[in-house]
Amino acid sequence: MQSVFGYIFSTDFVVAILRMSTPLILCSMGVLLVRKSGIVCIAFESMMLAASFGGVLGSAYSQNLFVGLLCGVALSVIFAMLFGYFVLVLRANNMLVSLALNTLGSGGTVFMLFAFTGDRGSSTNLHSLQFPDIEIPLLREIPVVGEILSGRNLMTYLALLSVPVVYFLLMKTPLGLRIRAVGENEDAARSLGSSPQRIRFIALLIAGVLAGMAGCYMSMGYVSYFTRDMISGRGFIAIAAQNLGGSMPIPTLIWALVFGASNAIANAFQAINLPPEFLQMFPYAATIIGLLLVGMKINADEKRVTRRSVEKSRAGAAEEGNG
Amino acid sequence: MADGNEYVLSMQNITKIYSDGFVANKNIDFSVRKGDIHGLVGENGAGKSTLMKVLFGQEHPETGKIFFKGKEVSISSPLAALRLGIGMVHQHFMLVPSLTVAENMVFGVEPTKFGFFDYKDAARRTREVAEKFGLPVDPDMRVRDLYVGQKQRVEILKMLLRNVEVLILDEPTAVLTPQETQELFVQLVNLKKQGYTIVFISHKLGEIKQICDRLTVLRDGRSIATVDVDSVSEQDISRMMVGRNAINTVVKTPAHPGEVRLSARHLNYFNAFGKQVIRDISFDLRAGKILGVAGIEGNGQREISEMITGMDRVQSGEIRIGGTPIQGKTVRQIREMQLSHISEDRMTYGVAADASIEDNVIADRYYKKGYSRRGFLSRKAIRSETERLIGAFGIKCDGPRAMVKTLSGGNIQKVVAAREFSNAPQVLIANQPTRGIDVGASELIRGKIVALRDEGAAVLLISADITELMELSDSLIVLCGGQIVAYFESLEGVTENELGEYMLGLKTQSKEEIGRCWK
Repeated sequence: MQSVFGYIFSTDFVVAILRMSTPLILCSMGVLLVRKSGIVCIAFESMMLAASFGGVLGSAYSQNLFVGLLCGVALSVIFAMLFGYFVLVLRANNMLVSLALNTLGSGGTVFMLFAFTGDRGSSTNLHSLQFPDIEIPLLREIPVVGEILSGRNLMTYLALLSVPVVYFLLMKTPLGLRIRAVGENEDAARSLGSSPQRIRFIALLIAGVLAGMAGCYMSMGYVSYFTRDMISGRGFIAIAAQNLGGSMPIPTLIWALVFGASNAIANAFQAINLPPEFLQMFPYAATIIGLLLVGMKINADEKRVTRRSVEKSRAGAAEEGNG
Repeated sequence: MADGNEYVLSMQNITKIYSDGFVANKNIDFSVRKGDIHGLVGENGAGKSTLMKVLFGQEHPETGKIFFKGKEVSISSPLAALRLGIGMVHQHFMLVPSLTVAENMVFGVEPTKFGFFDYKDAARRTREVAEKFGLPVDPDMRVRDLYVGQKQRVEILKMLLRNVEVLILDEPTAVLTPQETQELFVQLVNLKKQGYTIVFISHKLGEIKQICDRLTVLRDGRSIATVDVDSVSEQDISRMMVGRNAINTVVKTPAHPGEVRLSARHLNYFNAFGKQVIRDISFDLRAGKILGVAGIEGNGQREISEMITGMDRVQSGEIRIGGTPIQGKTVRQIREMQLSHISEDRMTYGVAADASIEDNVIADRYYKKGYSRRGFLSRKAIRSETERLIGAFGIKCDGPRAMVKTLSGGNIQKVVAAREFSNAPQVLIANQPTRGIDVGASELIRGKIVALRDEGAAVLLISADITELMELSDSLIVLCGGQIVAYFESLEGVTENELGEYMLGLKTQSKEEIGRCWK
């Protein structure tokens, strides 16, 4: 037990948080963009899964990391565009389309895995590549901070970079303005000749790329192979992070880190004799507790504001009566 | 007809049929001279908005040609219309509330610096165009914090920023007070002097007479006539609009107020942001009397009606119906105290659009004897009752099982009225009962409200239509900033302008005068 707490206060633990949070950060930034454009999509699980499969396959056959990444991202984008085609063009229900895509992603990757490798469980017999860890020369020398921030996976850096990129995209570019406007009042956009559909497709496209990077990290960084359903709910946890973060980039990042931390804690507790099933529940329980807390806080805030104002006006009225 | 010099704009033989088979425009010809303010008048559903949507590229006509500055053009989208120089200010504002004025102004034509959105330049351009046309706005304000009149100004500026030459205004005065309307007219005349052409859609004849040079009357999707405004009287126009001679006004006998049916005392209401929306409001509602509520929208009308009807909690103060406090009672419990409610939001709280007329009509009484037996609905009884109401309210439909969403706006509101009025109400809260519906349906509903009053119901009539308030109310309160700022025991001698001054907060009555509505 003591070793567990020792671990939690070590740099290793912070490193583990970054490792666990990387896919959540990347994906939640994509979720955020799509949400801001005014559509609810929960097909990110399938986008990530397709990308993790595509990345392994692409890098194994080309022996080129970049080609692998490209294959993974391309597959993710295809899923995002399928979602867009069904929901924005054919006007199908977004939830049903998301469910269908998630099921397709789960079954489709297993099917393709079998077709390519003859294995239904994992891609261990494929020689796929991994993203490198990056040592940052000067930063590396600083104690603690250097240990944490230097030598992380390439995708971890890209994930951290994606937060300011998405922030600037949303707040400081014409495209971002249009995404926000369409999400809030699409008729306004339409009346000025902007096509809400086009803007939403662009948001989905960028989200597809981000989710693709997240998926590739899972099979080419987090671990070095593809296994069936290896995303195990991270696409949904990213959605939770975006929701709890109120669709704002920094709070969303923080929630993604919180969920990453709960993942890391679960791993840390594996050292002591708790049933593994209990530990695996940790990140999901954290999601539910997070949603619960934020929901309760919003309710309490509203009530407090109202109560205070009512009391204030009563006090005022009483004073007026006396005076 | 389209000799390019005189007419800046000419639409010929426009026919528009919607996908549900409704013919909105039938072979309409419509031409506008350069520099005119051209009125487009007609009842709701006459095809005015559709015709303008065709012109603005939002609808595509089945037949017809459009000439702009003498050349035939094809307007496939709002963008195409804007590029030609045709702009439209919609009845419902096309603004994004959480963005600033400047951001709304430049949407779609954003200035950039190194690929990034240049907000400063957007604010500068907003200020420039606002100064140029004498329409002051603060570029950095968020649109949600603006008044209705200011929002409209932003809409007009948005078009001027895009260098339009023809400006279409779809019922711009519907949401304005008389004073704001006059201000708008000054601005429109200014634009006219600068060479802009304006198409002014309205069904208020006084306004048309005041500001327009020419006008075109539409009726049932056809163009009835285009005339110089000076050559016709208001009566002529209304005859062309309605196709019959007289406009009926509701016949009203003097009121015989009885006992107090509903009393509201010291109501306060705070919204979720802690903003006080209602300040110490008290009033009495008496049997056999219609109490009108005037005021610019968003000054507490919605909150009052929602508190009384149980849709929202009474936070502070007290409401009694027939002496019983309604605090903590559910909507059904309040309705069982013989309260009826016409919600301002017809499609959300008035009807279930996907359900049939009969299901909508029994929504408040399905569980009662006669409609339900041993947990099953008595379909036969329901149907015959619905058929009776369809007849009594003149609802145009295919029968009791027709889906409500297939009806026109006026007929949908008649369904709401059929349910709410057929329950022998002691108290009626009518919030915008005739908003956006045709003259025929409006007349019917107004007549029924007066009939209920004569049978002894206490009526609270909330309306943005001042004419309607003046016509129906026995007494009237005016709301401004969540407070009652005026109370008129009788409307004799009260003018619309005077009401406007109270609505804008330019004038306030003394506490004693206001107190008469409950003491």
